[in-house]
Order: sequence, then C-alpha cells, then structure tokens
Amino acid sequence: MTELVVARAQMAMLFAFHILFAVAGMGMPVLMVIAERAHLRTGHPVYAELARRWAKGTAVLFAVGAVSGTVLSFELGLLWPRFMEFAGGVIGLPFALEGFAFFTEAIFLGIYLYGWDRVSPRLHLASGVLVALGGILSGIFVVTANAWMNSPAGFTLSGGRPIDVSPLAAMGNPSSATETIHMTLAAFVASGFAVAGIHAFLLLKNRENLFHRKALEIALAVGCTAALLQPLSGDMSARFVARNQPVKLAALEGQFETMRGAPLRIGGIPDVATRTTRFAIEVPKGMSLLAYHDPDARVRGLADFPRDEWPDPIPVHLAFQAMVAGGTTLALVSLVAAWFAWKKREGLFGRRFLIAVALCGPVGLLCVEAGWGVTEMGRQPWAIRGVMRTAEAVTPVGGLLLPFAFFSLLYLGLGAASVWLLRREVAASPFFPAAGDAADPPAPEGKE
Amino acid sequence: MPEPETLSAGCILASLVLYALFGGADFGGGVWDLLGRGPRATDRRRLIAGAIGPVWETNHIWLIVAIVILFTAFPRAFAVVCTALFLPLTIVLAGIVLRGAAFAFHTYRLHEERGAGRWGAVFASASLVTPVFLGVVFGAISSGRIRAAGPLAFTGDVTTWLSPFPISVGFLALASFAFLAAVYLILETSDTGLREEFRRASLRSAAALVFLSGLTLALAAADAREFFRAFTGRSWSIPLVAADAAAAAGAIAFLALRRYPLARACAAGQVSLLLIGWGMAQYPYLVRPDVTVFSAAASPGTMRFLLLALAAGAALLFPAIFFLLRVFKWEAITGTPRRP
Repeated sequence: MTELVVARAQMAMLFAFHILFAVAGMGMPVLMVIAERAHLRTGHPVYAELARRWAKGTAVLFAVGAVSGTVLSFELGLLWPRFMEFAGGVIGLPFALEGFAFFTEAIFLGIYLYGWDRVSPRLHLASGVLVALGGILSGIFVVTANAWMNSPAGFTLSGGRPIDVSPLAAMGNPSSATETIHMTLAAFVASGFAVAGIHAFLLLKNRENLFHRKALEIALAVGCTAALLQPLSGDMSARFVARNQPVKLAALEGQFETMRGAPLRIGGIPDVATRTTRFAIEVPKGMSLLAYHDPDARVRGLADFPRDEWPDPIPVHLAFQAMVAGGTTLALVSLVAAWFAWKKREGLFGRRFLIAVALCGPVGLLCVEAGWGVTEMGRQPWAIRGVMRTAEAVTPVGGLLLPFAFFSLLYLGLGAASVWLLRREVAASPFFPAAGDAADPPAPEGKE
Repeated sequence: MPEPETLSAGCILASLVLYALFGGADFGGGVWDLLGRGPRATDRRRLIAGAIGPVWETNHIWLIVAIVILFTAFPRAFAVVCTALFLPLTIVLAGIVLRGAAFAFHTYRLHEERGAGRWGAVFASASLVTPVFLGVVFGAISSGRIRAAGPLAFTGDVTTWLSPFPISVGFLALASFAFLAAVYLILETSDTGLREEFRRASLRSAAALVFLSGLTLALAAADAREFFRAFTGRSWSIPLVAADAAAAAGAIAFLALRRYPLARACAAGQVSLLLIGWGMAQYPYLVRPDVTVFSAAASPGTMRFLLLALAAGAALLFPAIFFLLRVFKWEAITGTPRRP
C-alpha cells in the first residue's frame, strides 16, 4: 500500500466514524426538544422522561462526536498539509463559523443536561432549541467546505496559489445549496429512523408501553417527514451534479459512453476493462429523464474524460445504488407511516409495521455512509476538483500505517463502548401503561 | 490599529489563554483524579466530575477555535506545524479522544461503582499525557529547530521536538493545568476536609510550577536561544516577568492564608501572564525562525472576514458563556459553595 492509499483510508475511516455521531448531533436534539415541548404542553410525565432519556443519549453521542470532530480538524493538516496550505485561507471561514455554532451547541447542551432544576422550564426548552440549532448549523458549515472541494470558487489561481480570495464567494460555491440541504435532511432521516427502529424493537416486546409508543411517534414524525422530502433534494442534487460534475454523474450511474436518451441503471457492476456496466436492469431513457428532465438529453459518459480524471466507477456506482435503494425504502415506509398517522393511528403499532421500522433502523445511517462515499470517491482523483489532486495534497511524512492502525483500534473500541453504553441505557427503559392518550391526566404510577 | 495579521495572531493567543484557564483546568482535574488516593478518593472524584461536567465541552472548544483561526489566517503555518510535529500532535489527539470519551462514559456510569473505575482510569491517564505533548508542541515551535524556508518539503526529521526545552515546556504545561485545577476545586466544595486536601495539592503543584518555570527558562537560554533573547530582552520583559512572579507569590500567599478567591485570581493571572509572555516573545513568529504571521498570512480579504466573524461570534458567545457560568459556577465564582 502506498502512503497515499493509507492516508486516504485513514481519512475515510475517521469520517465514516465521525459522520454517524455528527448526524446524531444534528437529529437527536430535535427529538428531545419535541418531547420536552410536548411535556410542557400536556404535562404528561412520559414526555419528560423521554426528553431526559434522549438527552442522555445525545450527551454521549455528542461527546464522541466532539472529540472525533477535533481529530478531523487536526488530521486535515496532519494528513493533507498541502491541501490546507492552499485551502485554509479560502475555505477556513465556514470552519470558524462552525466553531461558534459548536460553542452554542456545547454551552446549551451543558445547560440542558445539568440544568433541569436550575433554570425555568421555558429557558430549559429554549436551551434545547439552541442545541438543535447549533447542531444543524455546525453540519451546514462543515458541508459548505466539502461543497467547495466539489466546486471550488471564490479565488483566482495564480502560480499554484489562490489570489483575489473572497471567502463569502467560496462559501456560496455552486454545490453548497444542494449538498447542505441533502445532508441536513439525511441527518434527520438517519437519526429519526435509528431512534424509531430502537423503540419499534422494544415495542415488539411490549406493545402497551406508552413510553415507546410516544417515542416512536415523535421519531417517525421527524424521520418520515425528512425521508419524504429527501427524494426531492436528491433530484436537485443529481441534476446539479449532471451539469456541474458530469464525470461524477457518469461514475455514479456507471455510464461509460456519451449518448442521448441514456438509460437508468438499477444495480449492476461497472467493468472498466470492457467499459460496460454489467448485470444492471436498464430503464430506457431513465437517466436522461432524471438528470435533465428530458428523455432525449445527452449524457456524457466516462469515455468523454481523460482516463486519469476518472473516479473509480465501481465503488462510486455501488455506493450510489445502495444510497438510492435505502432512501427509496425509507420513503416508502414513510408513506405507509403517513397513511397510518392520518387514517388509522393504531396501525403504527401493528406487528408488521413495527418489524419493518425496526429493520429500517440502521438503513438511514448506512445511506449517510454510502452518500458520503459517493461524494468523496466521486470527486477523486481531485482533492479540490480541477485544482489540486489528492496525491499532491498528501503529507510527506512516512509511516502512516501506524497512526492509521492506532486510530482504527481506538475508534473500534470507542464505537463498541458507545454502543454498549447506549444499549444498557435502552435496556433499562421505563414503563408507562398505555391507559388512554397522553393528553389525559398523568398516570405515572407504573414508572420504573 | 495593529495589522490584521497581528490581530488574528492575538485572537489565537486569546483563545489559547482561555483554553488554558478553562480547558487546561479540566485536564488538571483529571490529574488530581489520577493522583487521588486515600480514604476520600471517591468523594474527590465525584467533586471533580461534578465541577467539570456541565462546562468541559464548552471549555474544549477554545482549542478548536485557536486551530481554526490558525489554519484560516495562517494556512502555511498550520501546514508546517502539522508536518514537523506530526507525532506529538497525533498523541495529543489520541489523548483528547480518550479523555473526552472516557469522561462522558465515566460520568454516565458514576452511579455504579463497578465499571466506572475503568473509564475513570482512562480519563485520568489521558489527562496526564495530553498536556505534556500539547506543551511540547508550543515549546517546539518556539525552539527555532523547525526549518521551513522553502516550499513545504519534508526533511525527514520528525524529531525536532525531542529536545530539552520543548519537553520542559510540556511538563510546565502539565504543572500549570494541575495547579489551576487544584486552586479552582477548593472553591467547588464546602467540605472542609476536601478543601484542605486541594489546598495542599495547590501548594505542591505551585512548587512544581515555580521549579519548572525556572528550569524551562534556564533550558531556553541553552536550547532556544533566540526565543530566550526575545523573552528576556524586550522592553516589556522585566515588568511582565515581575508581574508573573508577583502573581505566583500572591497565589501561594493567599493559599497559605486560605483566602481562596484571591488565590484563584492570582493563579489564573499567573498562568495567563506566562502564556501572554510566551506569545509576545514569539511574535512575529508563528514557527521560529522561518514562519512569521506576515509570511504565512492568508489573503487580506480572508483576514478581514475572519476578524469580522470572530467579533460577531464573540458578541454572541460571551453572553452565552456568562449565562453558563452564572447557572453552574456562580457559587464557586463568588466563593460560597453549595452544601452537598
């Protein structure tokens, strides 16, 4: 393995780990705030208990997210010093703004977690809202920087260095809008479904526990709303990539030749040697229709680009297929959930629907990983598209296998510990009898 | 009005001072957790965890702010530091991860004795190692050993930091953090026994701090000559060193007299002055002797927006931090701890 491959593998591993916690940091506070708001409105203790439990989960996930995020801010320089030397002055600003959003999140999370008895209920709820807002803004700022790597803007290249820098133009690069919307919705889909999956699983054991019923309703409300909006955002993203990064579109669709009326491929494995994508189900003119909203639109294939500017189409295509398949599944489950919520509330707690939701628990998170893989691997061989290759950005320091192995082991341990800790927390879930609706007078006697 | 480069560097220094005063003390708390033996070890651990709990995430972010300003305003300096100090920075990161995660895990298991201890041990050991390597990084960039005159090339030397002065700065950082934590912790409890324990801990770490300050200065004279000359030979040198020594003496005297709020003010002043003196001696260098705030500066547009963003952010941030401290630390700040 070359040092470049090791550096990329380490960065990918660090991101794959961090993104799960970052997503939780964006989604979980929203759930906990909704539960607390419901408590203030109805006075039912089940919502207070729910807010407390979710807050505890948020605290552990946020702590791991905060430290793994710190690691990334340094590793940008440790593994890619030449990238940072070039990009720091252009795209550092959103990181500075992210710092403040992160501060807001941390300050008010401290107040939220430790301040139940120290601040008024309204101030407490407001703190929760600020945690959620800080989390969402943090995510948006960081993704803005990634968007810039896909469509660099806000500077002029002169002798290999950026001049005439405009940090605002860099932040407002063409990819920012589509990428931040897609990622923010993804965070709500992933955390909504992950939480809903856990509570659905526990409801399968005891259908009458009001605690899990209310938890499922809130988590599904957030997850399903986002999952139904996500296809629209996905369509925007795909059409944008088609115009802005045609080589990425070609890789993620497994399209080798340039053609009009290109088919949409479902499944399949791109074969670089024969320049075909095999075993795919082809929907005639589907890709032209989706990417350009015109069945006869011309789609550029990989063959249209120099060979040394191709991303590897195999992982990009497969990751893209996985993301779309997962997202579609979640959107369909969300439609069913919406129908139940509208017509037949009890259907949400039916055995078969609960099994479906429990199985969907990890799907949103897997989609996030797959989608991140698409945007990162689809940008290769560039670190900054058209400006700096990943191979030029890498550190000259050797022996990168050691820190890679070390951080992999460390994160494996951390991940296992987080799961174990949260599992224990989930296993000790409280019981509230499902007598009547939550709007009825409180019935806390069954509380554990 | 100073140049934007100087202002940005000043913002980094200010973030570092705040990080030392708040985040540093959280590291120090871990050190006392580790050194905590005797019959009251559990009480002491609970006190430390309770004092750090609501604020440590916030305190930690000052380091991120410093790093982000560094790579936005001085991207070349960040690239040089990350390349030359790859190893100590990697160790710092591992320490930050282990400490942060272990603290969160440890806190959520405190109600159970079994199991909490393991996380506590990780938290405490990481608190011991991280400040040393963080200090080493600061010592190394002022030592004059990291050469980066040309384009970012690598000479193959990842060990410039393995030298007496940077290592001594590392232990100085550890002693400062432990000292701050011990002094702060006195005012976090009304338990007389614990107060006395932390008072003794404060005095012991003050002695270590004084010794290491002298040693570091002596080593600088031999091992970091340019830095030593800048630290001792400027017009501000004598007043600053005198003020720092007075703050240290004041802290020790007030500890002896059990005037804890005054001791705390002196301790914080002493550590701040030390760091400010380091920054002023280092100026205009970011990495001695080749990288200055001017040679590493990003474009003026970036600098201007960054400073605007920092000012706007600070205007929102400081009231929020004040609110956080008002909610959780008011008794400690005013010197009237709540009864447990």
